[in-house]
Amino acid sequence: MDHQPPPFFKRGPAPLARLSFYSALSLALIFFDARFQTLELLRQGVSLLTHPIQQAAHAPMVLLDNASDYFFSITRFQEENARLKRERLVSAETQLRTRQLEAENERLRKLLDVKARQQVNGQVTQILYAARDPFSRRVIVDKGEQNNIVAGQPVIDDSGVVGQVTRVFPFVSEITLITDKDQAVPVQIVRNGLRSVVFGLGNGQLELRFMPANADVQNGDLLVTSGLDGVFLPGFPVAKVVLIERDTSYSFARIYCVPVAGVENFGEVMVLDPRPPVTLPPVLTSEAASGVAKPLVKPGAKKKHLKRD
Amino acid sequence: MQPTFSSSRILQPVRPWFIVLSLLAALLLNYLPTSAWMWMPDWVALLLVFWSIREPRRVGMGSGFILGLAMDVADASLLGQHALAYVLLTYVASSLSRRILWFPVGQQALHVLPLLLMVQIVQLGVRAMPGVEFPGLNYFIGPFVATALWLPLTVVLLLPQYQPVERDANRPI
Repeated sequence: MDHQPPPFFKRGPAPLARLSFYSALSLALIFFDARFQTLELLRQGVSLLTHPIQQAAHAPMVLLDNASDYFFSITRFQEENARLKRERLVSAETQLRTRQLEAENERLRKLLDVKARQQVNGQVTQILYAARDPFSRRVIVDKGEQNNIVAGQPVIDDSGVVGQVTRVFPFVSEITLITDKDQAVPVQIVRNGLRSVVFGLGNGQLELRFMPANADVQNGDLLVTSGLDGVFLPGFPVAKVVLIERDTSYSFARIYCVPVAGVENFGEVMVLDPRPPVTLPPVLTSEAASGVAKPLVKPGAKKKHLKRD
Repeated sequence: MQPTFSSSRILQPVRPWFIVLSLLAALLLNYLPTSAWMWMPDWVALLLVFWSIREPRRVGMGSGFILGLAMDVADASLLGQHALAYVLLTYVASSLSRRILWFPVGQQALHVLPLLLMVQIVQLGVRAMPGVEFPGLNYFIGPFVATALWLPLTVVLLLPQYQPVERDANRPI
């Protein structure tokens, strides 16, 4: 019979018990966050508490920024203004023509009974800072749930796709850059329309995976979004092919690309509105509702109903 | 008679609000947009290890867990990654506190270095399981910088406890 004498001082549970409790809790959090992504509510709750501290931490930087803007001579702004006016004049011609072409395209598409090209709308946001996590490539922007940002929205800058909104907090949201490891963007090659998916490598480069060794890909090929994912609108530049390794011992070629957009830059980016879901043709919708998969009698007849965008 | 070690000076009891304030200041320092500088030490880990060595009764695994969650949310990292690392850190630090306090400050820093390296290694292990790119050896510079800061940090954080109880105009400190 061994029994311990009562402790003189109340010190709570033993350190080892506390250690196992807290580490089990942390491990559970890690597991649920990595596997199920179901802890967004907890994340948002904690972020409400940490947001004021973050604001305080960024206040000196913002102040420094504003001060430098204030004290810079006015001539720089005048120069910039003049340059922008010139550039606008140069691009006005193209823009006017584009508008006319868009209208014409719209008419032609209507004639061909093809679904109209979707309009692009979005909100301009400011990148606040890069996330401190050294393992991933993410940035935080200054618009969140308050500005109706939702997870999954594509993000572009003036030259191409930057990434995708992955987490939304009340006042800020988190963008995963396309160079983050295994971040995927469905693309197609402009030159020949070949479709594929480009993956981030985590080191600032991208890789075009699952392309056969004899695929028609050349150095300098421009990849644009194919729009097949239903998230990105088609036609935005994503990356440029820089290096192709064709090794006969592998069935796939290793194709490395660099992003076109200033992915590592800080500045303003545009968060595009989520793409409206593409509805199935009425025939297919009624089939899906009835739950009976009828065998196709005429494959050619169905093809006519398929809509492209 | 116990042998006296170098910091045998009798200190005032620490004020709880000072601990809280210093931990919040560390959180603020960690939130500064310094992600481009990999050598920046993890201030929260450094302060946690300091207080759990000095005051193991007041700062322990609970504070480590809460601050870890705060770091995870702000860092956009896996939820629980910092929490696990800080809980392990505070456990080891508080269980070694009696041993570490026996040494002069310079040698205390040598004890702290492996603890801070453990924080980085735990986080690397947690992130390596789902598969991430190794961020390079620069990732391990932070703990060495933090170790170099141990001496000035000890002086600064213990300053309030050096104050005498009764004010004496002729006393230097």
